[in-house]
Amino acid sequence: MTVQLNHTAAAARVDLLLVAEMIERGARVLDVGCGDGTLLDLLIKTRDVDGRGIELSQAGVNGCVTKGLSVVQGDADTDLADYPDDGFDYVILSQTLQATRRPREVIEHLLRIGRRAIVSFPNFGHWRIRSQVAFQGRMPVTKNLSYAWYDTPNIHFCTIADFVSLTDEMDATIEKAVALDRNGQPMRMTLPWAVWNLFGEQAVFMLRRGS
Amino acid sequence: MPRSKTTPAVSQNEADHPTSPVQHFAAHESLLLDSGASLGPWQIAYQTYGTLNTDKSNAILICHALTGDQHVASDNPVTGKPGWWTSMVGPGKSYDTDRFFIICANVLGGCMGTSGPANHEAETGKAYAVDFPVVTIRDMVRAQARLVDRLGIETLFCVAGGSMGGMQVLQWAATFPDRVFAAMPLATGAKHSAQNIAFHEVGRQAVMADPDWRAGRYLAEGTRPEKGLAVARMAAHITYLSEPALHRKFGRKLQDRAAPTFSFDADFEIESYLRYQGRSFVERFDANSYLYLTRAMDYFDLADDFGGSLAAAFKGTKTRFCVASFTSDWLFPTSDSRAIVHALNAAGASVSFVEIETDKGHDAFLLDEPVLFATSRGFIDAAARARGLKEQG
Repeated sequence: MTVQLNHTAAAARVDLLLVAEMIERGARVLDVGCGDGTLLDLLIKTRDVDGRGIELSQAGVNGCVTKGLSVVQGDADTDLADYPDDGFDYVILSQTLQATRRPREVIEHLLRIGRRAIVSFPNFGHWRIRSQVAFQGRMPVTKNLSYAWYDTPNIHFCTIADFVSLTDEMDATIEKAVALDRNGQPMRMTLPWAVWNLFGEQAVFMLRRGS
Repeated sequence: MPRSKTTPAVSQNEADHPTSPVQHFAAHESLLLDSGASLGPWQIAYQTYGTLNTDKSNAILICHALTGDQHVASDNPVTGKPGWWTSMVGPGKSYDTDRFFIICANVLGGCMGTSGPANHEAETGKAYAVDFPVVTIRDMVRAQARLVDRLGIETLFCVAGGSMGGMQVLQWAATFPDRVFAAMPLATGAKHSAQNIAFHEVGRQAVMADPDWRAGRYLAEGTRPEKGLAVARMAAHITYLSEPALHRKFGRKLQDRAAPTFSFDADFEIESYLRYQGRSFVERFDANSYLYLTRAMDYFDLADDFGGSLAAAFKGTKTRFCVASFTSDWLFPTSDSRAIVHALNAAGASVSFVEIETDKGHDAFLLDEPVLFATSRGFIDAAARARGLKEQG
C-alpha cells in the first residue's frame, strides 16, 4: 500500500518536472487550472519564472494566494479571452483540457496568449481504457481517471492521436511531445505515435502557433 | 460660534483641531480639484503606526471607507472605541505594525481633521458647510499623495482598503502607478453602480429633508440634522449586511417584549438595532460630510477617466494586486471585483483574486474573516520578499 502511494506521488512529480524542464529560466508563465499551485511554486523556485495562475476552485485559489502566488479565480472556458496576445512566454494547461467545455477554443487562446503552450492530458487511447470499453462494454474507470461516467468533471477526453490531429487542423506546431507510461516514466522519443497512443497514460505537448 | 446643545464639542474640535497629527498646506500649496476648484489653505489629519525604515520602503497606506477615519488601530477620540481595523492592523497582524509603517489619513471631505464641510475657514471663521467644493475619489488620493510627499516617502509598499477605501486604492494604482508597489482593493468596485447611487441618494435626501439641515448651514444656525442623518445611516447599514446574516442575528425576534405592542415602537430587534446604529452614528459624524463623501463615491468611475477602458487605467502597471470579494456582499458584489480582475489581466498586471465565502455581507472586510487574514498575509509576505524587505523588524 505504502509503495503504491509513493509510486503515485512520484508519477505526479515526474509529470510536473517534465513541464518544468520545458520552461526557460525567468520566463513569464500562466498556469491555467493551477490547482493548489504545486507546479507554479515549483516553477518559481526552480526556474525563477514570473508565474501567474487561474484556478476554478475557490479553495485552490485561496490556498495559492496564501502561499504568495498570483492566482485568480477563473474559468478556462470563459476568462482566457481577457488576456492579451503574447502576454506570456508559456501558457500551461496541465491535466485540465478534458474538463473544458470547448477544448479547441481553449487551445486557441493558449496559443494566442502564450508564445508557447504546454498541454498535458490523460490519453484515452491507452490500451487499458480501450480494453475496458471493448471487453467490458463499460465506461473506463482507472487509477488516474477514477470518476464514474455520471459524476466526472472530464467531459472532453481525447487520445494522443486525436490531439495530434487537432494541432494539424489548428495549424499549430508540435515543438516537443512526451508520453508517460503507466509508471509515470517518459517513453522513448523514437517510438511512433501509434505506440504512444497505445501505451502512453499521459501526454505532454509543447506547441506554438503556425507551422 | 453658536452650537446646539446636542452638538458634541469633541467631534467639532476633531474637525478643526484634531488630536491626530496634521499636515497644513498654505494657500500657495492649494489642492486643484476635479471640479476645477482650488482648495487652500487646507489640512490633512492622519495616524501612523510602526516605524518607517531607513530606506522608507516599508510604508503601507490604509484608505478608510465612507464613515471610517484615520484611527485604524488606535482608540477613536470621539467614541472611545478601538480602531476600526484592529483585526488587520497591529503587531503580528496582516498589516504588521512590527514590520511595516502604517499610515491612515482622514479623507478629504471628512470630518475628523482633514479639510471638509465641517471645517471653519481660517479667514472668516465660518464653517464651510455646503460651500466646500465637491470632492472626488481622485481628489482624496491627491491629498493623500501630498501627505506621503511630506512624510518623505517616494513609493508606498502597499495601499490597501475596503469599499470606498478600495476605490482610493484603485485610484492610487491608476494615478501613481510608480508609487504603489502592491495594492489591495477589497470589497470594492471600479465604479459605483446605479443601485449604489440610488441608496446614497435616499440617504442624502433623508439628511436634506431634515428641517435642522437648514440648507446645509446647520453649524452656523446651531442645529443638527440628526434625524435625517440617522435615517440615512439606517438605510445604508442594511446594505452593509446580508439577508442571511440579518436572519441569523435577528430573525423576527421581538425587542424586550413578549408580544407586539400594536404601535410604531421598535417591536423587532432589527428595528431597535438599526435605531441604535443611527443614533450612535450621528454622535460622531457630520451630516454634510456624509453628503460629500457619498457623492464622491457616486462620481467614481475609473474607466471613464481612461476612455471607457478599465484595462487602460492599469496599462503597463508593475503594481502587484490582491483583490478580494465576499460572497454575500450585494453592495459591491463579486462581479465588481471580477471586472477589476479582468481589466488587470488584460493589462498584463500581476493579480491575485479571492472570493471569500461568508454570510456577513459587505461589512465582512471589517470583521473576523480568517480567510481574509490568511490570504492578505500570504500576499503581503510575498510582496515584501519581492520588495526585498527583511522578514522582521
